[in-house]
Amino acid sequence: MPTEPHKHNEECREIFGLLSAYLDLELPPDACREIEQHMAGCPPCIEFAESLRKTVELCREFRPDAVPEPISAEARENLRSAYQRMLAARRK
Amino acid sequence: MNQDHETTLARELLAGRPEAFDRFVEHFRSKIFQYSWMMCGHRDDAEEVAQDTLLKVFENFDQLREPERVRAWVFRIAKNACLMKRRRSIFAPAQELSLDEFLPTMEGDGEQVKLQIADWSNLPVDHLLRRELQEVVREAIAGLPEIYRAVILLRDMEGLSTEETAQVLEIREDAVKTRLHRARLAIRQKLDDYLRHAVAARG
Repeated sequence: MPTEPHKHNEECREIFGLLSAYLDLELPPDACREIEQHMAGCPPCIEFAESLRKTVELCREFRPDAVPEPISAEARENLRSAYQRMLAARRK
Repeated sequence: MNQDHETTLARELLAGRPEAFDRFVEHFRSKIFQYSWMMCGHRDDAEEVAQDTLLKVFENFDQLREPERVRAWVFRIAKNACLMKRRRSIFAPAQELSLDEFLPTMEGDGEQVKLQIADWSNLPVDHLLRRELQEVVREAIAGLPEIYRAVILLRDMEGLSTEETAQVLEIREDAVKTRLHRARLAIRQKLDDYLRHAVAARG
């Protein structure tokens, strides 16, 4: 009988749900310890976590390569007057 | 420019030193433009959002209570300006991503379990391939439903904290964490497909 690709067991699933928080160091120490203990014996989880870590790295590096057109003199002047009005109102 | 430099600029502007004005405009105009371009998808809208946001920022600069949070404060105003520009109906339902759709399957049984994912051990370092990878990231982010896109842009691209992102988007911190994780998983999936097919085909 052909073997069906099997789904992760419950523990792997639970860990997959926590991986971003784990990578962002947002989990309490005991939850981190549990994840690390599980991973020590689960190469697929390590592999998956590593691929997510690299994804996060790429997302952090990401910048759209579009830049705005240079600001027009009129638009800059509007901003400068708004700033000066704010300062003047504060002095009153 | 990192957040410390932004804080310094904000303090100078609050102290009424106009030398900081041009640097502040250059820096934030480009940041807001990029965020709104990714959110609205239209160059003209993004230019307008940047201008509308900066106008509000300067009009209300004295309400910035914590200069060290200037980035989050500016983005909160930008987020609202973006919503005003959104061309889609505000009644369109928010699309949800489920965790399950991004979990990989495993093959085999017992000790021989293998994860069905690409080989991530050697990501391209070559400049051109790296650019290609960044383009896959861009497309993946652009293809995310809005509620997830906003979170990944603010948390990962802009480096805001979970708390700041929650304040900008006016949602709970738990929702930021859930959306961030699903967004990253969705992007991971697109990168995985790319690595499996495009890079493998190249040999």
